[in-house]
Amino acid sequence: MRNRNYISIFFDDEVPLLQAVRKLRESNEIITDVLSPFPVHGLDEALSIKRSRIPVVGFIFGAIGAILAFGFQAWVFTVSYPLIIGGKPFFAAPAFIPITLEVTVLFAGLSMVAAMLIRSKLKPDIRFVPVDKRITDDRFVILVEAADAKTTLMRVKSVLSGIQTIEIR
Amino acid sequence: MLQSPLRPPLIEGNKTYRSITSDILNPMMNKAGKYWYLGMTISGLAMLFGVFMIFWTVWQGIGTWGENRTVGWAFEITTFVWWIGIGHAGTFISAILLLFRQKWRNSINRSAEAMTIFAVICAALFPLIHLGRPLLTFFIFPYPNTRGLWVNFNSPLVWDVFAISTYFTISLVFWYVGLIPDIGTVRDKIKKGLKKNIYNFLSFGWKGSARDWHRHEVTSIMLAAIATPLVLSVHSIVSMDFASSIIPGWHTTIFPPYFVAGAIFSGFAMVQTLLIITRKAMGLEDFITPSHIENMNKILIATGSIVALAYMTEMFMAWYSGVEYEHYAFMNRATGPYWWAYLIMITCNVVSSQLLWIKKLRTSLAFTFFLSIVINIGMWFERFVIIVTSLHRDYLTSSWTMYKPTIVEFGLLIGTLGIFFTAFLLFIRIFPVISISEVKSVLKISGEKQHKKDLSHEK
Repeated sequence: MRNRNYISIFFDDEVPLLQAVRKLRESNEIITDVLSPFPVHGLDEALSIKRSRIPVVGFIFGAIGAILAFGFQAWVFTVSYPLIIGGKPFFAAPAFIPITLEVTVLFAGLSMVAAMLIRSKLKPDIRFVPVDKRITDDRFVILVEAADAKTTLMRVKSVLSGIQTIEIR
Repeated sequence: MLQSPLRPPLIEGNKTYRSITSDILNPMMNKAGKYWYLGMTISGLAMLFGVFMIFWTVWQGIGTWGENRTVGWAFEITTFVWWIGIGHAGTFISAILLLFRQKWRNSINRSAEAMTIFAVICAALFPLIHLGRPLLTFFIFPYPNTRGLWVNFNSPLVWDVFAISTYFTISLVFWYVGLIPDIGTVRDKIKKGLKKNIYNFLSFGWKGSARDWHRHEVTSIMLAAIATPLVLSVHSIVSMDFASSIIPGWHTTIFPPYFVAGAIFSGFAMVQTLLIITRKAMGLEDFITPSHIENMNKILIATGSIVALAYMTEMFMAWYSGVEYEHYAFMNRATGPYWWAYLIMITCNVVSSQLLWIKKLRTSLAFTFFLSIVINIGMWFERFVIIVTSLHRDYLTSSWTMYKPTIVEFGLLIGTLGIFFTAFLLFIRIFPVISISEVKSVLKISGEKQHKKDLSHEK
């Protein structure tokens, strides 16, 4: 066996995966990551993943977009180049709302996607190699941190003795 | 999750996770059939015809169109509104149905979103051609210039620029975020070579980590939340292009909701057209089931009825307002020289969609396919009726005239249809046409196996 700092446990279904995650956490193993072909319902709670703050990013950038868009339109029509259009006031606030909404949505949307990509370290990378080729198909994997691969492997195997796994290595 | 045993399963056949992957990817990765090449040839020729007509328009000027002094805005704006409307169903499926937790959307959202993007591209072509001088397109954006001028932010036409460019950007980003995990699946299926490198590049190094999935889900639901007001605003703003003018027949407050309902109506019709062909051609009958088609038909009844109500309200308001010009505009619409267009509009939109109350017709794929094309024709005529009949007889009887489109204008419509179908045909060969990961996530809840298990528990 190669000397690595984690061991992988393979499943072909999410039910044993969730059982295994709970058992491993009960026996104080450190789970580095869980890889799955689709978002498994209940896994976030089992791993106690904190709720992402991406909506906060969206709110902040959306607010910036709103202020920029509204402020810019107001500045253009009151300071930079006031024009009388259809006898309406220079500061025609209701007319600025549609563009303000659009720019808010644009800023909020792009910022949240950017935040997701940055936080998940997702970027176009031609040299990327997945842990296992079947994770995007039908394999569920738990990666457990292992300072000493051999003893951890023994421990994990005994913890997961009653659970249906495909492979532990 | 509890599932009603009365509801048909969302996914038919005894599927496993592995067979879902292969069922969706195989038709895409295998060699294309002869029907695909036939489709590509036809839509490619239509596209070439359209490109030539665009070239002709730009080269000769818009004098090649049938517009005249009285009707200065007709075929192209009709087609523009039609395409924008078609795009709306994609966002409705991907965003609004996601917020309402409608799981059946999972197998149709990918193709509907792709449809949105291609429809918006087709629509966005028209303002460019309209300008007469496409090279000066940048004039419509507010940029600092030596004249010290800005665009008119009080004009709905400028709002349109912002609305449509935002709509396109957000739809594209939403679509791609959803695609990333599935591109990862394609990447892992391909053994090696240039293709593998390209998909590896496009998959952004997706590894399926629990934290990544969590962020991915949060981002998707948040994008849905902001895309919902966006999609409603886009067609509202398009309708304000008309409603904020003083032309009788356009100057009504009913326009924004009326246009949004009409947009979703025509969009769902186009989704039906595309999906009924796609499920057959790609062998995806287990994923896009007759119950999906029926659900969408129910939306067609709902939106079709709203549209019918809007037609009636318009007529009523024209009479009730007591405004002579309004009154004339609507009488002229229904009984004037363009009565035939009005009749097509009423038959194709109001009468035909009410037929869907009959369960036998609603569940028939052949009928749905036929009806979806009828509705698309009807919705094109709706915009034509609104635009041309209100313009062609204005306040001065001496300037009353008729509008006749030229071959160049028909070429633009055919050309955008060609662009749309060519793009869609390429899409189904390049990316998975059904969201693999989202379908997997509903397999346990509402696959056929689980469904049978639920039923046997009932007994």
